[in-house]
Amino acid sequence: MTLLAEQLLNGLQLGVMLFLLAAGLTLVFGIMGLINLAHGSLYMVGAFASAWVQQRTGSFALAVLAGLAAAGGTGIAVEALVLRRLYAREHMDQVLATFGLIMFFNELMAILFGRQPLMASIPGFLSGSVELIPGVPYPVFRLAIILVGVAVAIGLYYLISHTRIGMLVRAGATHRDMVRALGVDIVLLYTFVFGLGAVLAGFAGLLTGPLLSVQVGMGDRILITTFVVIVIGGVGSVRGALVGAMLVGMVDTLTRAFLPGMLRGVMPASSADALGAGLSSMAIFILMAIVLLVRPRGLFPAHG
Amino acid sequence: MLRIEGLQAAYGHSQVLFGLDLHIGEGQLVTLLGRNGMGKTTTIRTVMGLLPPRAGRVAFAGADITGMAPERVARRGIGLVPEGRMVFPTLTVRENLIATAANRLRRPDAWTLDRIYSLFPQLASRTQQRAGTLSGGEQQMLAIGRALMTNPRLVILDEATEGLAPLIRDEIWHCIAALKAAGQAILIVDKNLAALKRLADRHFIVEKGRTVWQGSSAELDAAPNLAHRYLGV
Repeated sequence: MTLLAEQLLNGLQLGVMLFLLAAGLTLVFGIMGLINLAHGSLYMVGAFASAWVQQRTGSFALAVLAGLAAAGGTGIAVEALVLRRLYAREHMDQVLATFGLIMFFNELMAILFGRQPLMASIPGFLSGSVELIPGVPYPVFRLAIILVGVAVAIGLYYLISHTRIGMLVRAGATHRDMVRALGVDIVLLYTFVFGLGAVLAGFAGLLTGPLLSVQVGMGDRILITTFVVIVIGGVGSVRGALVGAMLVGMVDTLTRAFLPGMLRGVMPASSADALGAGLSSMAIFILMAIVLLVRPRGLFPAHG
Repeated sequence: MLRIEGLQAAYGHSQVLFGLDLHIGEGQLVTLLGRNGMGKTTTIRTVMGLLPPRAGRVAFAGADITGMAPERVARRGIGLVPEGRMVFPTLTVRENLIATAANRLRRPDAWTLDRIYSLFPQLASRTQQRAGTLSGGEQQMLAIGRALMTNPRLVILDEATEGLAPLIRDEIWHCIAALKAAGQAILIVDKNLAALKRLADRHFIVEKGRTVWQGSSAELDAAPNLAHRYLGV
């Protein structure tokens, strides 16, 4: 029972992380029609910048600022220099160009910081654990991530549904030319949305730093999981990204934790462990397949 | 205020405009007439910067706007009500009106939500409804209101009453007449010749991408073969 509670919180925390990444990616695809494989690179840039500044200064606040600024700045530069030329092109061109960006950023990080993983540490005031549920001590830092994710979700909801920028983002997703013909500089809007997505990706990266190691290529694997999230949620929908991220976070965490144990009841332990590990790493893709069978455009298709 | 000279434009290899001329004075209501496929919508798209011109010149409010980006054309004071209405379907009525609202020319008598709702009372009862669920007539009212909320010097209405029920058409014509009476300059494309003749200061007839005739309503009436020859009525 205590293990289940702990794993549920872990699932929630992974879901929050995935939401931070998926929110930006789904907005960029939804309103600009751009497939950006380099989104994971922004996550990596945020993690590296933050870990490096933390090692140099020892300040967590400065590290957070550095991570957000580096990811946001990199995102805006990439949008202006590379991606802006790709909006009108085919998806295959976008995939090729942004795949190139992944390799560029992986190499750049290796040149700047080396191949050895950087270690980021949990700041003093967020270390240790608390017993939210009696008998289940849980790390404060992971709880903080969950709270931050909830706050970001609320903030994004407000931005998208209650501000004029949000209205323009939604309007631009269906009638891009019409938004322009009513006097809105869509280039500025795109830069803003892309920069926001980059900052959120960098945020996810710097929060991950103290939990996993910060290393070259760390964005590549999570990118695939993030795409699973936005496909499940419905491309272009922030609400879909939230629900998709929670589903994927839970399914991934719970199957990894419990599937081998459950299989041990029906087969020898060694086969159960091997099959359980294999099945649980496939679980989110099986989930995606099931969702697409029932709802081919995802759970919350953005364009009605 | 708007002057189009020798405008040429094409979709890929198929040229649609071959030399279109048109001009609108302050506060005038001007029509662009012609059968389907003659280049009326293409003219509007080219003026708005949604289609690049091949040749010719478009001047608006004293500046050359030929080939300018759509947002820059709109910011100079042209409010578009496009063919097919193109309201933002996932936004509410109110959001459609305020998302792109602006008063860039600092008009003292700027449009407000209340003024739009009193012009179109039907919209007032549906402010929180998604625009995609409105009837065609309501969508057209919303598209007009949306353009007015940018406080334009010139409103361009493409197919103002196409596909609408007769009662709704009357309402739209009534509103257009009120706008004209208030001094709003309007360029309009529509098939309802009777209503247009009643309201317009000047008509331009386009045939195969060229302006072939222009004149007042009285002159149009005096030459009935014109309507027969170019408009098929």
